[in-house]
Amino acid sequence: MDHALVRNFCIVAHIDHGKSTLADRILEVCGAITDREAVDQVLDSMDLERERGITIKASAVHLQYQADDGQTYHLNLIDTPGHVDFSYEVSRSLKACEGALLLVDASQGVEAQTVANAYLAIDSDLDIIPVVNKIDIKNVERSFALGQLHEMFGFSEEEVLHASARTGEGVHEILEAVVARVRPPEGSAEAPLRALIFDSEYNSYRGVIAYVRVMDGRIRKGDTVRMMATGRQFEVDEVGVLAPAMTPTEELVAGAVGYLCAGIKDARECRVGDTITSARHPAAEPLPGYREPKAMVFAGLYPTESAEFASLKDALDKLALNDAALHYEAETSGALGFGFRCGFLGLLHMEIVQERLEREYDMDLVATAPSVVYRVYLKNGQRVEVENPAHYPDEGSIERAEEPYIRATIMCPEEAVGPCMQLSQARRAVFKDMVHTAGGRVTLTYSIPLAEILLEYYDQLKSVSRGYASLDYEFDGYKPAKLAKVNLMINYESVDALAFLTHREFAEVRARTIVDRLKQLLPRQLFEIRIQAAIGGRVIAAGRISQLRKNVIAKCYGGDITRKRKLLEKQKAGKKRMKQVGSVDVPQEAFMSLLKI
Amino acid sequence: MRKCPYCDFYSVAGREHLIDAYVLALKAELSQVRREIGPVSLRSIFIGGGTPTVLPSGEIAGLLDLCRELFAVEPDAEITCECNPGTVDAVALRDLKAAGVNRLSIGVQSFRDEELRFLERVHTAAEGRETVLQAREVGFERVSLDLIYCLPGQTRAQWEATLGEAVALEPDHLSAYCLQIEEGTRLAERLVTRRSGYQSRHCLLPMPEDEQAELYLRTADVLREAGFEQYEVSSYARPGAECKHNLTYWHNEPYLGVGASAWSFVDGERRQNAADVEAYVASWEAREPAIAYREHCAGAQAANETLMMGLRLREGLDLEAFRERHAVDLVHERGGTIGALVSGGLATLAGGRLALTTAGLAIAAEITTALAFAEEE
Repeated sequence: MDHALVRNFCIVAHIDHGKSTLADRILEVCGAITDREAVDQVLDSMDLERERGITIKASAVHLQYQADDGQTYHLNLIDTPGHVDFSYEVSRSLKACEGALLLVDASQGVEAQTVANAYLAIDSDLDIIPVVNKIDIKNVERSFALGQLHEMFGFSEEEVLHASARTGEGVHEILEAVVARVRPPEGSAEAPLRALIFDSEYNSYRGVIAYVRVMDGRIRKGDTVRMMATGRQFEVDEVGVLAPAMTPTEELVAGAVGYLCAGIKDARECRVGDTITSARHPAAEPLPGYREPKAMVFAGLYPTESAEFASLKDALDKLALNDAALHYEAETSGALGFGFRCGFLGLLHMEIVQERLEREYDMDLVATAPSVVYRVYLKNGQRVEVENPAHYPDEGSIERAEEPYIRATIMCPEEAVGPCMQLSQARRAVFKDMVHTAGGRVTLTYSIPLAEILLEYYDQLKSVSRGYASLDYEFDGYKPAKLAKVNLMINYESVDALAFLTHREFAEVRARTIVDRLKQLLPRQLFEIRIQAAIGGRVIAAGRISQLRKNVIAKCYGGDITRKRKLLEKQKAGKKRMKQVGSVDVPQEAFMSLLKI
Repeated sequence: MRKCPYCDFYSVAGREHLIDAYVLALKAELSQVRREIGPVSLRSIFIGGGTPTVLPSGEIAGLLDLCRELFAVEPDAEITCECNPGTVDAVALRDLKAAGVNRLSIGVQSFRDEELRFLERVHTAAEGRETVLQAREVGFERVSLDLIYCLPGQTRAQWEATLGEAVALEPDHLSAYCLQIEEGTRLAERLVTRRSGYQSRHCLLPMPEDEQAELYLRTADVLREAGFEQYEVSSYARPGAECKHNLTYWHNEPYLGVGASAWSFVDGERRQNAADVEAYVASWEAREPAIAYREHCAGAQAANETLMMGLRLREGLDLEAFRERHAVDLVHERGGTIGALVSGGLATLAGGRLALTTAGLAIAAEITTALAFAEEE
């Protein structure tokens, strides 16, 4: 394959700005799929992704495009995840490309994530083609997006393409621009092999399928390759391209994007960002930028039935085979029994894992409220990392504590600046910067404790800005924290899974809110339930749920016995889905109520 | 005649043309049952389910004669017939008495016309009184009245007035049912439709749980003062006047049921006849039993049934009998829960019986659920 005819590119866009639809149109124009095959959004292969309209796993599609100059070009379209939890995966996908389409919704304009990813693309030295999408929408004012693209990234009006991914208008021009403006890949086919793993996928028949960009050298079936970070060696079973179905090829040479199967059993042996080299003629240096996935958010996952612990372990083991970022360790809770403390990249990652466990592995789970990792310096000179509020050391033994902060970029319309600032300040955010851009948009920068983001910050941001604010964030280091551990007690029994850490100033307000919420969530039961929240021995909020007074089947005769028995058994089964804390049945939602403050 | 809006049992109206064929089918079924289980002795007979008096009294007499011919009906057997005011007169009642019926269960439901209209009953309060008095005149010594309370918006005074009138008519048995809004009934639909409207909804909201509990406890007190002991969740009787027939259900003992949609419980098997009258008749015309559902009840299911039914009775559950029948020592298996129930004043554990107090009976479903067994246990 001639290097000069290869173009590797990706699409950078905000959720809902039409990335997947545009990808589908490009595939159609290149004849890679017929209309009939075009189940909407081919690139998103997991059901969950399609349902949520987000891309979790990136994939790469190989296309052949007959350009206006008469030549047939080999285009590799690399899809990138669209959520901030997966920004490392995004950065690896970008490294596999030479060019990027920067897709902006004509009516919505540039959003925070788009900016973050666009800068990532610019930093990766990609050739960028700005595209204003959704021009088919009536009365849409293109000058707004054009102005933003100019002010933020310096694109002139002439550079910007206009398209409608929905109708297909402008897609031909986009492909011509890819050919003309994106440079062909460099790299030598004769140098020692260096291939970047930018994504992987688990297949129960073939093991882990690695998506790779070959930077130098070549890979063939039968080669022995080595993962430079993990040191593991594998024999290559197959290489090929996704067209978009898996299509084996002779080899993948420098500049090519494709897949590799090598009987890899576990995603943790094939990490995104790692470099594949030849075992026989290894490269001296790996490609730069490899990073271990770092869990930012921790939560306990417990089976509702204690007997299901082994099945949960099994399910997590299997899930981890295709999710290298998932981290888990067995733990015990007084209230919830045996389960796992799991680490996630972010809240969305957590939701996805929980949903996959429930859907694909048929688990009934109770999740505790997610927590960040606190650093606690003890008086005896030790430093401990606390992932679980229940394990927070005794107040008396603590010298000082730190919590993780993030640098948050919020983009919103001018009229929403006030509410967005108010909300952020109530979340202990430290103001950093404010920049006005075209079209009445404002970019706010804050340093915020990550713990505050977990408390539905994003949802509230959306709500105070009528849906117009967008958020992107990156890790901003550990900073001192004044923490208080609040214990919740049900009928005077402390429930470890409901304990939470909070800033001292907020402790009472939050304790009150949570007690009130539990009062609504716990069904009335045989006896009165008392709920208390306490710091140490001091009760700071309390409430009670009066006992159930009436629940009886008025009439129950011969004909009715079977029916009524089944009704009771169904109720019994419903209760089994709750966790018993002492004699109180606690529904699943109660544990997550800690988040809704 | 029409179906009541709160009823979720099987019933149909307007099938009078089927009466002859239906009676033939009933007789065919009785004969078949006799062939199957032999000339067992019968302690009670209950003619009921809606308005059985749509059958001419001659036909009811014929059916009872057939029962006596096929089975050993005990000399002091309790033979009850359900009837509804506005659908029977003195002549019909006299015929029932002559046929051997010795107990009447009269569906008066309320002594307030407004409530009867809400319940879409076909009779007035006056007609209810009239029917009870006629029953007395005809010579029925054993009369039970059915009442419904906890209606939306009903006050304590209103309910006590109905209770007072009922007591004044001197029945020996009362059944007082809290109105339950069953899904799929006309009443449930009516409430839903009204609730989605904007104004006048307060009058049709179901009575709040706590108010229902108050009325429920009050009912037991009022009736005790009048000489009626509560012996089951919704049943009250003068000493010795408990309904033998219903006790059979609550003791989870065998019974036979004939007719469309009727259930039987024989040799550990529960079965139900076709619910549809036409299907039931057609099946017996072809000399085929019209059984629509069978279930062999054993293990946890059977234990749960004994538990569910037994805890409805004030006398409670005989723990030794329970252990013998289901091989489960309830106190051993559920000691924690039972201890909490007893110390919380919801149950008593004495004389080898676990029995619910009136407050416990008010939440019998919740308690049964807490005590019930899962299949794998």
